[in-house]
Amino acid sequence: MDSVADTRTIELRVNGKAYSRPAPVRMTLSDFLRHELKLTGTHVGCEHGVCGACTILFDGRSARSCLMLAVQANGHEITTVEGLANGKDMHPLQAALSDHHGLQCGFCTPGMLTTLVELLNDNPSPSAEDVRVAISGNLCRCTGYEGIVAATLDAAQKMRAGAGGRS
Amino acid sequence: MSGRIVGQSVERLEDRALLRGEARFVDDISFPGMWHVAFVRSAHAHAMILGVDVSAALDVPGVHAVLTMADLEPHLSDRLLRVALPSPAYRQELHRPVLADREVVHVGEAIAAVIADSRYIAEDAAALVMVDYDPLPVVSDCRDAMAENAPRAHRDAPHNLAAEFDMGYGDCDEAFAKAAHVFRENYWQHRGVAQSMECRGVVAALEPMSDVLTMWSSTQTPHAGKRVLCGLLGRDEDKLRVVTPDVGGGFGPKLVFYPEEAVVALAAQIYGHPIKWIEDRREHFVSTTQERDQHWDMEIAVDAQGQILGLRGTLLHDHGAYTARGVNVAYGSAAAITLPYVIPAYQLDIKLVVTNKVSVTPIRGAGQPQAVFVMERLLDRVARELKIDRAELRRRNLVAGAQIPYKTPLKTRGGMQVVLDSGDYPACMAAALERAGWEDFPRRQAAALAKGRHIGLGVANYVEGTGRGPFEPVSVRVAENGRIHVASGAAAMGQSTKTMLAQVVAEQLGCDMSNITVVAGDTGAIELGMGGFNSRQAVMAGSSAHAAALKVRQKALHVASHMLQVGEQALEIEGTAVRLKGGGAQVELAEVAKAVAGLPGYYIPGNVEPGLQATEHVIINDMTYANGTCVVEVEVDAETGLVRVSRVVFAHDCGRVLHPKIVEGQIIGGIAHGLGNALFEWMGFDENAQPVSTTLAEYLLMSSTEMPPPIEILHLESPSPLNELGIKGVGESGVIPMTAAVASAVEDALAPFGVSIAKVPINPPDLISLIHGASQEMRA
Repeated sequence: MDSVADTRTIELRVNGKAYSRPAPVRMTLSDFLRHELKLTGTHVGCEHGVCGACTILFDGRSARSCLMLAVQANGHEITTVEGLANGKDMHPLQAALSDHHGLQCGFCTPGMLTTLVELLNDNPSPSAEDVRVAISGNLCRCTGYEGIVAATLDAAQKMRAGAGGRS
Repeated sequence: MSGRIVGQSVERLEDRALLRGEARFVDDISFPGMWHVAFVRSAHAHAMILGVDVSAALDVPGVHAVLTMADLEPHLSDRLLRVALPSPAYRQELHRPVLADREVVHVGEAIAAVIADSRYIAEDAAALVMVDYDPLPVVSDCRDAMAENAPRAHRDAPHNLAAEFDMGYGDCDEAFAKAAHVFRENYWQHRGVAQSMECRGVVAALEPMSDVLTMWSSTQTPHAGKRVLCGLLGRDEDKLRVVTPDVGGGFGPKLVFYPEEAVVALAAQIYGHPIKWIEDRREHFVSTTQERDQHWDMEIAVDAQGQILGLRGTLLHDHGAYTARGVNVAYGSAAAITLPYVIPAYQLDIKLVVTNKVSVTPIRGAGQPQAVFVMERLLDRVARELKIDRAELRRRNLVAGAQIPYKTPLKTRGGMQVVLDSGDYPACMAAALERAGWEDFPRRQAAALAKGRHIGLGVANYVEGTGRGPFEPVSVRVAENGRIHVASGAAAMGQSTKTMLAQVVAEQLGCDMSNITVVAGDTGAIELGMGGFNSRQAVMAGSSAHAAALKVRQKALHVASHMLQVGEQALEIEGTAVRLKGGGAQVELAEVAKAVAGLPGYYIPGNVEPGLQATEHVIINDMTYANGTCVVEVEVDAETGLVRVSRVVFAHDCGRVLHPKIVEGQIIGGIAHGLGNALFEWMGFDENAQPVSTTLAEYLLMSSTEMPPPIEILHLESPSPLNELGIKGVGESGVIPMTAAVASAVEDALAPFGVSIAKVPINPPDLISLIHGASQEMRA
């Protein structure tokens, strides 16, 4: 069982903060973020890469943290849901999700947010169809997605107009 | 009917923490050095357990224990989880063991619990636990289970009948004898999985100073869970606390008490060490309860004009392997089928049959979607045969607005008469049809068909029993700093329960939502409670919150009138203060709360009972019945069998709407669930009852790209006379008519082929067969 207990020290930046931590070589990135760094905002819904709840931004691109090992994050930059707000000010997407009732139980929300932040970085003027396609790999059992799509279009419009978030 | 807060789409109390990643779900709870559990689960659908060898698992470094039933039994008052609701219909007892040690009766049944330093190590070791099985014959399909020579799902059981009962009224024989037409059909709605995005999970810890054992569980029913645990573990009520942290969706199965809760709580008690178990998605597929497999063989009798004279038949309900809740799902089906319509005679024979599959308990809708599917399919058949427009046929049979309150001869499971208390069903259907362009649709359909496109429109009506009583307590307390604390036995699982309670309370106590904190689902915060199920919490907890807030308001005004030396009538509560109407002299709620907390040797102002607080348990025994009509438009690709839902119009009446966005969110979410049931969700088992869909790649949930364009929701508001606020439940309404409406639309789209839909989910291969003249595959 020695090999499974092996650890490597990894260095990474999460939400702008540098960490140097030992990580068991077989630990998933999602577990590392949640249980080692105590960033429990990233949720684990299926652990087989389908539900999208664990989506993070890995060097700015969306990725399933349940399908990556923590050691793969060595030397990389990660953003989780905890890193989206600017202090007390929520990201416009966060505010818009609340305005449009785009979350109910909120379990899928962190993965929705990171996925949609990437979308709006790539495409500041998405259509409703663009948004639906972007979150087609993020499952939500509560909302039927409607509020999420409406919120994203609203946030995109506000971000184009230069509005910030709100506290 | 709107107030300043009630009836408004105010910001949800829950949102900020959830959006910022600061919420606390059960897997977010941790203690230093906490241990983790992995369960060893049955690989067989039916087998005797000859032995369990845990030695290799115990040798794994980091493993603290491997518990089997033999280890637990000395600490338990009972081997079994006796949680079945009472009913005279049972034909055998089928309680789940805390851990299986003699016989396993479904794949996924828990046999042993491995406790280790990490989940990784626990799972390694669980794979090394050697269970010696002697496989037994399996009951995989409930239709085979009642055959004379069928194997028994439980080896020593006399038969596979879990329960049987009948429901009905009127003279069916006479109705069918005099009928101009009688039609008979078989229907099947398939089993699905709840698939809350958060699976189940339990953390338990014993606090040594107080000797209080706390269990945090992702449950819909913390108070019921506490009751079961106190009994099993022999703990006093004040030495056990059950808390629901943030819950990532419930949808029914989390109302059940599970073996894992008992094992983890007991292990924490035995070892005095905090212990966590988090269900993974594959476990969710084989250990969390499921619902919906029902086979109906039904006959409907109508006169020459399509007026219903009678309805009769049989319902075969797949009960799964154990009684984890009761006969309630089948009962709910049987009691729902007639509701929107005037049906003079009704007779249904119901059998609940044991299979070697995961136990069946309610999932959102709880038997009602199946009943609506069957009723609406029968009406479509009548309409087709009699060449009457489907909507017109329904119009002729709906309970009329003037007949409300309509006393049906049916009784709820607790023996209360089913009285349709409010609503106007024909008006509701008319609104939906008008919005959907029902009258004009044949023209559009013909034009599309001329271009080779098959579009169809379907309609379905439902009446949903909501607000299951008898009560749900709420306490309202103004603290000495002026904060208003609300506690309830109601459990929040994503349906905005905290916001709902805060709204109702805020309306009476200053209209400042930010001054209110809500604890929902913590046995340490309020003594009694039922929890979240049956679209009940807005009705039951909302009513108690209203009553408690009114009492506190009354008291605050009374005491403040003494403090301010003015009449009560001159006062109002605004923000955090009691003040003269329109402004002027005022006293903070905080000061009022301090005044009624009392001082040694002094009068309490106004001579009231101490404490600015009230706890209410408003009792409402009768259920209140919500209703609605769904119209669905689909386009079917006759080449591939692909169904695209192009439009959903949903007209409904849930009485007074407390928060329009939350109500719409509940409906749209339910619709998405129902569309999944209609088109995608398939919990497959092979002939050995081995599950064949155990990932979210195999079991398809609705994703954003399958959703139709924005749902068109029409609100009708007939307040319920049964509660002060006029509320009817709405949490399950969206799901209930969807399979029926989709089937109706698909059948309409494929009318040129004479296709008849008798089973959901409707999958492309089935549709292709139907188009080519075959009948739908009715085997699993």
